[in-house]
Amino acid sequence: MEFVLLIFLPVLFAILVPFAYKKIKGIHTGWFVFLVPLVLFGYYLSFLPLVMDGGHAISELKWIPSLGIAFTSYIDGLSLLFTLLITGIGALVVLYSVFYMDSKKEDLGSFYVYLLIFMTAMLGVVQSDNTMTLYLFWELTSISSFLLIGFWYTNDKSRFGALKSMMITVFGGLMMLGAFILLSIMGETFSIRELIAQAPDLVGQPYFTLALVLLLLGAFTKSAQFPFYIWLPDAMEAPTPVSAYLHSATMVKAGIYLVARFTPIFGASSTWIWLVTGIGLLTLFWGSFFAVKQTDLKAILAFSTVSQLGLIMSLLGAGAISYHTSAAMFGIATYAAIFHLVNHAAFKGSLFMIAGIIDHETGTRDIRKLGGLMSVMPISFTVAAIGSFSMAGLPPFSGFLSKEMFLESMVALRHFELFNFDTWGIMFPVVAWIASVFTFTYSMYFVLKTFIGQKKFDQLPKQPHEAPIGMLIAPMILATIVILVFFIPNVIGKWIIKPAVMAIQPTLYANPSAVDIHVQAWHGFGSVALWLTIGVIIFGALLYLTIPKWQPLYRIQPAKLSLNEGYDALMRGSEKGMNRVSRLYMDGKIRTYLLYMFAFLSITIIAVLFIKDAFVLDMSSFAAITLYGSLNAVVLLLSVGFVVFAKSRLAAIIALGGVGYSVALFFVIFKAPDLALTQLVIETVSVALFLLAFKHLPALKNHGETTRTKVVNMVVALSVGVMVTLVALSSHSQKMIPSISQYYKDTVATEAGGGNIVNVILVDYRGFDTLFEIAVLAIAGIAVLGMIRLRVSRKEPTDENK
Amino acid sequence: MKTNDVILQTTAKVVFFIIFLFSIHIFFAGHYAPGGGFVGGLLTTGAIILLLLAFDLRTIQQILPFNFTIVTAIGLVLALSTAAGSIFFNVPFFTHAFSDFDLPLFGKTSLHTAMLFDSGVYLVVVGSAITIIQTIGGDD
Repeated sequence: MEFVLLIFLPVLFAILVPFAYKKIKGIHTGWFVFLVPLVLFGYYLSFLPLVMDGGHAISELKWIPSLGIAFTSYIDGLSLLFTLLITGIGALVVLYSVFYMDSKKEDLGSFYVYLLIFMTAMLGVVQSDNTMTLYLFWELTSISSFLLIGFWYTNDKSRFGALKSMMITVFGGLMMLGAFILLSIMGETFSIRELIAQAPDLVGQPYFTLALVLLLLGAFTKSAQFPFYIWLPDAMEAPTPVSAYLHSATMVKAGIYLVARFTPIFGASSTWIWLVTGIGLLTLFWGSFFAVKQTDLKAILAFSTVSQLGLIMSLLGAGAISYHTSAAMFGIATYAAIFHLVNHAAFKGSLFMIAGIIDHETGTRDIRKLGGLMSVMPISFTVAAIGSFSMAGLPPFSGFLSKEMFLESMVALRHFELFNFDTWGIMFPVVAWIASVFTFTYSMYFVLKTFIGQKKFDQLPKQPHEAPIGMLIAPMILATIVILVFFIPNVIGKWIIKPAVMAIQPTLYANPSAVDIHVQAWHGFGSVALWLTIGVIIFGALLYLTIPKWQPLYRIQPAKLSLNEGYDALMRGSEKGMNRVSRLYMDGKIRTYLLYMFAFLSITIIAVLFIKDAFVLDMSSFAAITLYGSLNAVVLLLSVGFVVFAKSRLAAIIALGGVGYSVALFFVIFKAPDLALTQLVIETVSVALFLLAFKHLPALKNHGETTRTKVVNMVVALSVGVMVTLVALSSHSQKMIPSISQYYKDTVATEAGGGNIVNVILVDYRGFDTLFEIAVLAIAGIAVLGMIRLRVSRKEPTDENK
Repeated sequence: MKTNDVILQTTAKVVFFIIFLFSIHIFFAGHYAPGGGFVGGLLTTGAIILLLLAFDLRTIQQILPFNFTIVTAIGLVLALSTAAGSIFFNVPFFTHAFSDFDLPLFGKTSLHTAMLFDSGVYLVVVGSAITIIQTIGGDD
């Protein structure tokens, strides 16, 4: 089966969603949508045995063969892992949304359409082997994310957050496109596999570093790395199923995917290792530090997502070191990155769902108003506790294992001796450890402040109670996975993690079983990571207990100096600046604009004629001057003069008609019946039109012209005339390429089955031109209709917000 | 200012049909002799304008009770689908087909898909020109 088509299954299904929503009122639309990710998940599971042995599968759908652009679905360990995440978490999120989104109040038709578009886009991103289609799907994820964040579009904040996320991620997407183009110039292919195959030759190329930086910009904006993370907290205005799905489990991991996918190409570069590891660690610290400042449950989770993404990113950077040394301690980093990615998707997904449940059942997400919910929401509390303890890195939850591996890899960085790591290497474990302490603190902050502590039910908008069981199923499944993974880490590792590691570092491992890593919870007392974890718990607990004492410290940072303020200033500034620039020359008068166009046209063309020395005058092929011709020319000139000096509009219009008819006569003299016919009829119709429009025009009087503007107009008019004459003379006098007329003469009867070349050109040879011309004509007709018949009266409000 | 223009109105009634028939002729002749959909459409428009000058907008709308925006749309769809139709025969976009047929009444006739495309052009030209004239002329 051509499984590349399965990428499009969700978006095709989306066509049916509005009908299901309109026609079938009794059943929540989500139940139908639920089938899509479920079926896909089941189908993609069948690839596991193949991929476990290090194999891969390819399916291709040609799109633009002439440019080498195709939809290629390439399934190896890495893309299969992401595919399973997208479909698996997707199914759980849709299930959760069935209970979260009220089918009576919300526009479910649109919601599920956007969600399905996103699913297709995301599957496309992780499966595409062709960089151009990867880019296409990448931008499609940004657009569907925009639509989903702005789902409650009557809310100002939703619209702001949607726009912000789109501005930043689309900016990154464009940078990434630049990287892809540079790569295709260097490697002469759009295929990622082929690029990876010639990776050693690419390193020395002049564009290599530029492509690297551009690609990382794309990855960092999407995966919310410092300083681009600012869109993620604002994206929390989206409905909670969306936050759980796009903004923690899948879309924000697209950047991680990109870095992982391109590691074989760029991993050997020291810039790559420094940037990915450094920015990742900085983001990890920044996110975890500012998470404790937040008071909104979803904002805490947003900052924690930022920080966890930084963690995975830094591990990928550290993993690339294994290209330079064979020491086993560096190989562990890539494994840890993938392992933590899976764990993060599970525990963060469940935490988001719990945040949604709390919002749903209490009416608020403000942590200052919440407290003591454990007694009324025991199941939610259990799930939240499992998720948070896993996030904090406590046993017996999956997060403990990947967190220890993270600490081990960061400690190992000290022993790396290239690229100045011997002097700065000590920074990495230190920053990682401090960030882990804050991670522990905010995890406790999230779960303990909400569920334990004082009961403040009188401050809540709603009397809290446990959520309906349907809503709890999805987070409960995720929490079960979190615990399960702790006990069978090596089974998960064999099935999905080792194949993914092999896909990231294909040159290092011959097959997945060659990845010689065995995960275990207990390493003995000699393990550095164990002591670091104990330190994290002690200091984290201390910090948590003293939060009220040091939380005010966050206020030291002036609001004016924040990154968000920088983004706002940039947007405001560019809007104002652009307005100022366009007001410099846009005065709203068509006369002025025509003047610009004509002046520009004549100046450029005359300049080109002279610079290229293209003006040629060859009198030999000119027609002889006849009596009729010269008489007609005199009439033409007289009519033109009359148009210019006429005192009334009516006279000018009639004189203009005279100009057109005498041109038509020229066509007759030079034996061009088609042109003559068309010109005559056109002239008639346009004079009639002018007369009709006559009554709408103001009287012919001075509209503020001074002598100076008149002189300028005259100069421009004359130069346009000169330009047209020069071009006509030179194009008649020289032929750079043989004329096509002979071809027309030869083929008009045989190929086109016609006799009149002019008309055959219109409908056949150059049918495209005609097609576009009639389209323009139709648009013009509709535009006139719209402007005159349908114009809005000025009193009607046009502001969409009201 | 309603003037008595009996002569104009009487002539227009006759001349309209002459111009209209001529425009149809020119439209069909287009592939072999001067003419075609564009000129044909314009001529038809000219004939309608003549009626318009002789009578008034409302009378014209009673005589020709079409919505000319829809005429434009039909024309565009016709032109585009003729061009796109070739895809289904596995030839490049816009490939025309033609052949000679023996038709009753007409005798040996050459039929050409370019004709369909040209009728699209004809309809778009008539539709948009009349739409523009009706809109501008009918606005008070």
